[in-house]
Amino acid sequence: MSASGLDHAAPVAPPAAPPPVPPLPDPPARPRWALRALVALGIIGALAALRIALEAVLIEYAQRILMLAGINVILAVSLNLINGTTGQFSIGHAGFMAIGAYAAAFLGTHLAPAVAALLGSGALADAVTFNLALVLGALFAGLSGLCVGLPSLRLRGDYLAIVTLGFGEIIRISFNNAQFLGAATGYFGDSPAGLPPYTNLFWVLLWVVIVILITWNITFSQTGRSLAAIREDEIAAEAMATPTTRLKVLAFSLSAAGAGIAGGLFAHMQAGIRPEDFKFDKSIDMIVMIIVGGLGSVSGAALGGVFVAVSLELMRDLHEYRLVLYALLLIGIMLVRPQGILGTRELPSLLGGLWQRLAARGTAKNASSGGAER
Amino acid sequence: MSEFLQQVVNGLSLGSIYALIALGYTMVYGILKLINFAHGEVFMMGAYAGYYSAGWLGVNGYEAAGRGFPLLLALVVLCFAMGSMALLGVTIEALAYRPVRSAPRLTPLITAIGVSLFLQNAAMLVFSPNPRRYPAILSEVRFEVGGVIVTNIKLAIFVVAMVLMVGLYLLVNRSWTGRAMRALSMNADAARLMGIDVNATIRATFAIGSALAAAGGILFGLDQITINPLMGVLTGLKAFVAAVLGGIGNIPGALIGGLLIGLAEQLTAGYISPDYRDAITFVILILMLLVKPEGLLGVVRQEKV
Amino acid sequence: MRRLPSSSSPSQAPSPGSTRRRFLLGAGPLLAAAWTGLGGFACKDSKPSGSSGGSSTPNAPTSNEIVVGHYGSLTGNTAHFGQDTDKAVRLAIDEVNAAGGLLGKQVRLVTLDDRGDSAEAANAVTRLIDVEKVVAIIGEVASSLSLAGGRVAQRRQVPMISPSSTNPKVTQVGDYIFRVCFLDPFQGKVMADFAHDTLKFTRVGILRDVKNDYSIGLADAFKAAFTARGGTIPVEQSYSAGDTDFSAQITAIKAADVQGLYVPGYYSEVGTIARTAQRLGLKVPLMGGDGWDAPDLFKIGGDALDGSFYSNHFAPDAATAKSQKFVRDFKAKYGQEPTGLGALGYDAAGVLFEAIRASGKTDPAGIREALTHVKNFEGVSGTISINANRDADKSAVIVAIEGGKGKYRATVSP
Repeated sequence: MSASGLDHAAPVAPPAAPPPVPPLPDPPARPRWALRALVALGIIGALAALRIALEAVLIEYAQRILMLAGINVILAVSLNLINGTTGQFSIGHAGFMAIGAYAAAFLGTHLAPAVAALLGSGALADAVTFNLALVLGALFAGLSGLCVGLPSLRLRGDYLAIVTLGFGEIIRISFNNAQFLGAATGYFGDSPAGLPPYTNLFWVLLWVVIVILITWNITFSQTGRSLAAIREDEIAAEAMATPTTRLKVLAFSLSAAGAGIAGGLFAHMQAGIRPEDFKFDKSIDMIVMIIVGGLGSVSGAALGGVFVAVSLELMRDLHEYRLVLYALLLIGIMLVRPQGILGTRELPSLLGGLWQRLAARGTAKNASSGGAER
Repeated sequence: MSEFLQQVVNGLSLGSIYALIALGYTMVYGILKLINFAHGEVFMMGAYAGYYSAGWLGVNGYEAAGRGFPLLLALVVLCFAMGSMALLGVTIEALAYRPVRSAPRLTPLITAIGVSLFLQNAAMLVFSPNPRRYPAILSEVRFEVGGVIVTNIKLAIFVVAMVLMVGLYLLVNRSWTGRAMRALSMNADAARLMGIDVNATIRATFAIGSALAAAGGILFGLDQITINPLMGVLTGLKAFVAAVLGGIGNIPGALIGGLLIGLAEQLTAGYISPDYRDAITFVILILMLLVKPEGLLGVVRQEKV
Repeated sequence: MRRLPSSSSPSQAPSPGSTRRRFLLGAGPLLAAAWTGLGGFACKDSKPSGSSGGSSTPNAPTSNEIVVGHYGSLTGNTAHFGQDTDKAVRLAIDEVNAAGGLLGKQVRLVTLDDRGDSAEAANAVTRLIDVEKVVAIIGEVASSLSLAGGRVAQRRQVPMISPSSTNPKVTQVGDYIFRVCFLDPFQGKVMADFAHDTLKFTRVGILRDVKNDYSIGLADAFKAAFTARGGTIPVEQSYSAGDTDFSAQITAIKAADVQGLYVPGYYSEVGTIARTAQRLGLKVPLMGGDGWDAPDLFKIGGDALDGSFYSNHFAPDAATAKSQKFVRDFKAKYGQEPTGLGALGYDAAGVLFEAIRASGKTDPAGIREALTHVKNFEGVSGTISINANRDADKSAVIVAIEGGKGKYRATVSP
């Protein structure tokens, strides 16, 4: 039972719940808006520069793998929110990625003329259309996450696995039968040449940063600690008046929305999508990402995402053995190190010295009390 | 009318295969609270064990003569497949589940998914992903009753499923092993204190469940003409849903659940659209969990802390 | 609960205080490290772009060879398709090299597996162009994968020849995409005409694979052509690739009292469908398309398929001297009969070599230009002329199944 899961109220029922409760952290010092905007602009500028540099140095093949890695990072980090942080096992996430991909592709295609009429055609209109499509795709994925989550998250954890698997399949079957989305042939917009290839390294990197920021902030907020409490002991969490079902549904919907963003990016990188792109194998890839990285660790999930993209490419010649190796990796990690390689720790906290210099005052105090749990 | 009856007959025979597989899920879940994801793959491996043992026993010779095995040899194939799968089930338990038995719930679930993936993909490597035609372990005889075609294989599926299920029911309710299983499923710690060998009982559970799945695999192969390495995935899931529907941990419940799922699937395919034959199972599962989570024949059990 | 809430989970998450600011500071170096680390990997096996000829990597083509790429599904459910095509392409290349090569240069083939996945197909084509520096690409069998790979080839302006993707959309991707097979609408019409005119059927049922755009396209084309000739389609049923139980569909079809059943799916399910039909007493001929063309069809379907027909690119038993030689050579090299997909792979390579030989050019743009001029090329699967849409004008054959074997029945020209 981790102490960090119970941040307020005295422990009530469970005999195993440890009494020591860490003091509430100081409220974070809020940077002013101007400073925040400056930092945001700085990040955007840095990413734009990074993109230009990478595109100058890397061949397109390497850029593709980088973009796939970035999309994987988004998938892993968002799946980790429900599977790792909250401890509810979803194994149908490819379905939400599919919803995001199809919604973004379809809406993007149909919004483009309207946006172009408003802003004129050009880079700006493309950027607006693309991001609007991505956000709408995420919204659709998040809403369908809500619809799936509401009935199924009342259930005990392992039933959720089956239900999400079933929903993943139902979603794929529905796209397979949706004529206006191209059915089994797939959807690629109005022209046979495919969807406009909006996705580039800049957008992928930007969305990686946005998704990581959001999940990071949730994970280390009050809500995040309630989620962790659900993972550690749902009954105890409930006894502490944590609204478990509501929080689980929230985490699940957000996680689905993240997968939706990844789907939108994927669709506009591939210039077309088909239902077969979102098979059960894809969900398994995502599970491998978060388990390799560490269940419950944001940075671990990100590393896992990169690992899967790169290993897929490196193992191209071992193709037949890929899933066998993945399966053995899953079993092996569970037997040897069930919390994943990083566990719930974060990479920055492992980077020792550098980290400590950057850490704020209150942190050292909290970190030591966190270490001395029990 | 004869079309409807034909769909019902087909649905019931498919359903009894689901029921056989559901027994394995229901027993393991009842005792370990673990969805044994690999059970569908044990079913698949059972079908292949039957395929290869029939080959070794020279089914081709019989097939060339236009008939299947004599009944005795068919039983040998069945016993070999059931025995080897019992061994596989016990091995999986020892290697992948026992070491993580006391870990948080998620851990054995992930190893179960891992074992399932491993068996599927190893099977694709070893047996090739192409479907195989199942050998004629029984020679097929067709009867036509009022426009409805029934084969002796469909009848055999009913008979074998019923015999095995009654046998299991007696085992669980009348034998010491069965009594130990029931004790474990109620309270493992108390059972241990009463001197029950927990490991041996869990081993027996896996052995019996896997053997039944192997029987299901052979019947499935005979009925469905071909087998392939991925056949266990959806069939296994549907069988699990059957177990939940009937009430997990309940043997007659698994039978009823299996038959209902089989019927629902076949009627959906016949009268709504074959595209939704797999979806209907999950719709049933979700409705069931919302309305009566303990299943049709299940008993509500208070979750204690 | 039996189990006590055990586990001392290592929740030493960094404390929640002031995470926002810290993260912003921490994220930069982290991300930069991750990306540059990756960039290092990706650059390792190839020079940065800029294509200033003098790259010293082992993959770089030397001046006396022509590098051709092939991508296909060598693993996965339809592995058989990619493997057959690859064997035939290799045969074609070995023959050309044995005869002294093209324009005095040897031809080298690089084959990449796409595992039947569209993201992998796009990756494979990008790698063929960027890393292997191919001048032309042969691939894919499945139309959806040809579309995914073709978009990359078109954007990078490298000609691609699909041996056997029959969906009309494939070559509409752009002017660098070609094919050497006929199209779905034609193939569906061929069988509809045959069913109506030769078999004198007026009521035919359709059983299509909804997971498969090829099957859907063929079924639609068949339906349009058959009803245009005055026939009716009283029953349409569907299945999904990978299904094993077809009894519900066959029962419904049987109730509709049809004279024939059009099943434009892949061999892997058609055999089972035929045997289910036999078992449930549906005694009508089945009809299908080139997806039937595989030895496994007969292994599974057996005698249940007798009396059925399918349209194909090529029939091994009725052939020109050239195709007889191909069948002989293929058997000698691989110990098995070639399928129609093999014949098309061989022809795709043949058309490519013809274009290079005729134009004397070995650069992508030159090869593309030359491909548009290929006329009356005598391939093993028929005579191929590339038309204005970069499709092949070709005839189809009808194969009848008798005694567990395919027999040539008729040739239909467009």
